[in-house]
Amino acid sequence: MLDKDGVPTKEELLKQLPSEERLDRGPVVVIECFQEIPCDPCYYSCRRRAIREFADINSIPIVDFERCNGCTLCISSCPGLAIFVVDKTYSEESALVIMPYELLPLPEEGEEVACLDRRGEEVCKGRVVNIRTRKMQDKTAVISVAVPKEMVMEVRNIRVTS
Amino acid sequence: MEGETQVISCDVIVIGAGPAGLMAALRAGEAGAGVLLIDREPFTGGQLVKQTHRFFGSKHQYAGTRGFDIAVRITEKIECLKNVKILLEATALGYYEDGVLTVLHEGRMLKFKGKAIVVATGAHERFLPFENNDLPGVYGAGAVQTLMNVYGVLPAKRILMVGAGNIGLIVSYQLVQAGVEVAAIIEAAPRIGGYLVHASKVRRLGVPIMTGYTIKRALGKECVRGAIICKIDENWNPVEGTEIKIEVDAVCLAVGLSSLCELLWQAEVPMVYIPELGGHVPLRNEDMETPVERIYVAGDAAGIEEATSAMLEGELAGINAVSKLGYSVEDYANKRGKILSDLKNLRSGPVGEKIRAGLARLRTLRNGNL
Repeated sequence: MLDKDGVPTKEELLKQLPSEERLDRGPVVVIECFQEIPCDPCYYSCRRRAIREFADINSIPIVDFERCNGCTLCISSCPGLAIFVVDKTYSEESALVIMPYELLPLPEEGEEVACLDRRGEEVCKGRVVNIRTRKMQDKTAVISVAVPKEMVMEVRNIRVTS
Repeated sequence: MEGETQVISCDVIVIGAGPAGLMAALRAGEAGAGVLLIDREPFTGGQLVKQTHRFFGSKHQYAGTRGFDIAVRITEKIECLKNVKILLEATALGYYEDGVLTVLHEGRMLKFKGKAIVVATGAHERFLPFENNDLPGVYGAGAVQTLMNVYGVLPAKRILMVGAGNIGLIVSYQLVQAGVEVAAIIEAAPRIGGYLVHASKVRRLGVPIMTGYTIKRALGKECVRGAIICKIDENWNPVEGTEIKIEVDAVCLAVGLSSLCELLWQAEVPMVYIPELGGHVPLRNEDMETPVERIYVAGDAAGIEEATSAMLEGELAGINAVSKLGYSVEDYANKRGKILSDLKNLRSGPVGEKIRAGLARLRTLRNGNL
């Protein structure tokens, strides 16, 4: 349970996820922010206004999944590192999980990495297909990892093994 | 110069250059007052310097910016003001009946007198009683952050974190970033106290978070070699037979903060005990002025909260101190109103409940007292 060990339950997750139908249509954001805390940078980071305006600073972000095109701009804006973009249409067998990453060393593009779930346990292997470290991201790398399609809602971190 | 030192006068003395003190000095300085900002460290920023993570809060108040960058940005603004002097490695020692503040600087005792004083001295860490808690390797979270993030020294190879409030969670994350293995984060309360996004972030790194556990003793003779942890029941008593031995070479305590307010006691500011605000805190009004006229407080010294509210309180103390001295603060009423409403918003959610309860008690006590 989220407030006991930091891992959200399926029920807690479901409240915030895009529909299966939307997931099948291409890249879309998954915001794993379940607690009202005073924080609002994600709202300002979205140029498509897909994150609804906050009633007040403690609001939980609510996404209009039709407006979101999975551009990933919001990922590095989140102080909680709670924003991911998933793309189930990446290829026949694999999906992309795009995640924030703040450890060194960074993996290399093309490298195979261990994929970890929300408990930090390895659940599969994945391949890094893109790493972005733009200045506006202020040291939070944004990494795209190709994972087996069925793992797209499980993988939320990587371990660089090389 | 030997012998008796002269008393140096100025408009506003700000004690402590952390988030609250920096903002107080900036706002007071912008109004044209002569400001002296002192800090005992060789750098400004206070705890901001150790905060490598992005800040929460409002986008308009540095949210999304890393703590150490916030310290630099505000300091640069202050350095543009010729009427604000920053004195570092300067420790405030005492506040006397005649309003003189003694300060230790470069081995000399200096004397200052301000027409107004802003006490922004921050907080001190609480300790925890357990067997062997005096072994080398038992650290406070502040010390761990200072070693890692200020001096680049690894505090341990494998560490046990005690406390799952925001500090325990954030420091655990920073430890992993620095290459330290965090064996576990234990928390006596039945629930994680810090922001759950922080908890999930360290959990994804494989760090277990164990609620309902406390540390029973540290193991080792010369230094920490391990720790025994155990479950506690709903009355906070250890449950026999639940002991777990963990091999670690350090234990980090992140079990809360209390206001650092010796100077306020010396100045005879009425102090009240409010557990929700961290223990003894000074009485003060909405404008951050204590019942001792022209002594203001801001940040953790006024009650334990976090850096964003500390900055806002610092701003409030700054504009109020100088307007009381007769300086005109541009658009004062609007500025004051905006800060007060920002503070109210920050504290309005579920995680602000404790602060709101503490401030309500403070208000009640003040109304009975003033």
